Amino acid sequence: MQNSQIISIKNMKKQFPMGKGKFTALKNIDLTFDRGEFTGIVGPSGSGKTTLLNVIGSLDSPTEGKVITLGESIGALSHKKAANLRNKHIGFIFQTYNLLPVYTVYENVEFPLLLLKMPASKRKKAVLDSLEWLGLTDKIKSRPGQLSGGECQRVAVARAMVKIPEVVLADEPTANLDAENSHNILKMMVKLNKELKTTFIFATHDEKVIQYLRRQVVLKDGKVVNIKN
Amino acid sequence: MLSLKLAYKNLIGAGLRTWLNVIVLSFSFVIIIWNKGLLNGWNEQAKRDMIDWQIGGGQYWQKDYDPYDMFTINESHSVIPDGISDDIQNGLLTPILINTATIYPEGRMQNVLLKGILPEQKILKLPTDKLQKNSDEISILIGSRMAESNKLQVGDYFTIRWRDANGTFDAADAKVVDIFHTNVPIVDQGKIWLSLEQLQKMLQAPNEATMLITENNSVEKEEISGWVFRGHDYLLKEMDNLIKMKSVGGSIFYGILLALALLAIFDTQILSIFRRQKEIGTEIALGMTRWQVVRLFTVEGAMYSVFAAILAAIYGIPLLTWQAKVGLAMPEGTDDYGLPIAKSIFPSYSIGLVIGTVLTIFIATVIVSYLPAKKISKMNPTDAIKGKIQ
Ligand SMILES: Nc1ncnc2c1ncn2[C@@H]1O[C@H](COP(=O)(O)OP(=O)(O)OP(=O)(O)O)[C@@H](O)[C@H]1O
Ligand SMILES: [Mg+2]
Repeated sequence: MQNSQIISIKNMKKQFPMGKGKFTALKNIDLTFDRGEFTGIVGPSGSGKTTLLNVIGSLDSPTEGKVITLGESIGALSHKKAANLRNKHIGFIFQTYNLLPVYTVYENVEFPLLLLKMPASKRKKAVLDSLEWLGLTDKIKSRPGQLSGGECQRVAVARAMVKIPEVVLADEPTANLDAENSHNILKMMVKLNKELKTTFIFATHDEKVIQYLRRQVVLKDGKVVNIKN
Repeated sequence: MLSLKLAYKNLIGAGLRTWLNVIVLSFSFVIIIWNKGLLNGWNEQAKRDMIDWQIGGGQYWQKDYDPYDMFTINESHSVIPDGISDDIQNGLLTPILINTATIYPEGRMQNVLLKGILPEQKILKLPTDKLQKNSDEISILIGSRMAESNKLQVGDYFTIRWRDANGTFDAADAKVVDIFHTNVPIVDQGKIWLSLEQLQKMLQAPNEATMLITENNSVEKEEISGWVFRGHDYLLKEMDNLIKMKSVGGSIFYGILLALALLAIFDTQILSIFRRQKEIGTEIALGMTRWQVVRLFTVEGAMYSVFAAILAAIYGIPLLTWQAKVGLAMPEGTDDYGLPIAKSIFPSYSIGLVIGTVLTIFIATVIVSYLPAKKISKMNPTDAIKGKIQ
């Protein structure tokens, strides 16, 4: 079976307009990711990690080259199709948590399932399960403003995982967690990855994460400089 | 359904900001309905008063009568047709004779209209039963405005000078037998009411009249040759126009009010573009489509007006019902508007008014919410996620 490749990037370049000129954030990117990978994109700040995750996740489109995620060509997707792809198959964990401030923890985690129109009883079970994995059961009714940074991070992880997507794109998921929580989350991700073949792609420079990775894509100044297996 | 649910959560979650908007909007609901109801009430009251005091169910005018032409008024009367004496007897019609005159209260001089009316008539609210029939003395009725401007009191005498049908000047003293209060200035200002028979005698125009006023509920308006029928449409036209002008003024007022309320919502929604862009970017990243975002924001806006309508109903219904019961006291001197105006106006609200106002506000809030929402949805999600102001 050769459909194990779920993301392929060919000769991709990403530029941002900057003043009168352009800033090249990524160039000459050639990468593929297989189903069930547990991979990190590592590199110094400003090297383009977040930009790469955004393009893979259809939040942004490549300036040049081809990016295919789960069979969809990212640059050519309509807004609606891109939204659909993200909704059904991709779980995002953002560097800045991005929880919805007026919703409770429960409602934040429930949100992707509402968009998926999952029936109520199934939805409730899924939300409660993922909150339990992340040790948030006693915070169900809290709002993001009442949580610590680490707790927010865990809610963000729960929200990405709750729909059990094919790919989780995690941007610095442990940035605000202590060692114990970081390991708990990572162990849980490893478990999900093993049991459900969920693909994980991290953007990180955290050693705690790096030790769990099975593959590292090293970025520097927008270029892939090394791939460690 | 989803956008309803999310919009509800967003509004409730936003707390105070939501309630401030809802309160402002509910004020405009209540004030617009109250204001329009007041105009309606005034309109209805003014018409009722005009009918009760002045025009009855319509008037037959002697064919030459023109109320705006003072020079022909004294020639515009003729003999009351024989055929209608039964109607007069039965109270379905009452004749009025009009003539110009000059009065000299306390040495001053004022031009007036003498109006002869049957003391036993019941069609107009004037207390004509106070007029003495067949007495040598001329007994007259005046309104309170007239009494005040000429410093006349019940029992006072003054001189009236007039020309009779032959053009001969004559003069006599008259006695004020009653002073009536009416909301209708034209029945009062510059008018002297006296018995029809008396005036016919004074003018040497026996059995003549200038107009015949019909009873308000009499339906059949037969043709009377030599007389022209003027119905409510004709007689109330001037007043209708005045009221229309007033409601234009009212519309401007509540237009401004509504604009203020909508501005508050528009402002909230525009602010949301900035304050909530991170939230919106996140929602888009989680798989919401642009259209779903637009719909969510539009529904949020519409929901303001639904909440506002509910709140407005909670305090507005008791308030407006109470107001309709006790009426609104009008300040002294509001007579000068030229419209019959009561001491108190009782607002009158119609279902159409309420539904119309609710719908207008609803549609307006939907529009002012839709416009910024459309802008929001065009935001680049990666910028929005970072919460970058663009
Ligand atoms: N919308 C944008 N417009 C212009 N430049 C941008 C934009 N987004 C990112 N960049 C630039 O592209 C480069 C890569 O940014 P990116 O956010 O991908 O870095 P990163 O590797 O995730 O860094 P960090 O570890 O600090 O999160 C940076 O130099 C950044 O300034
Ligand atoms: Mg980054």
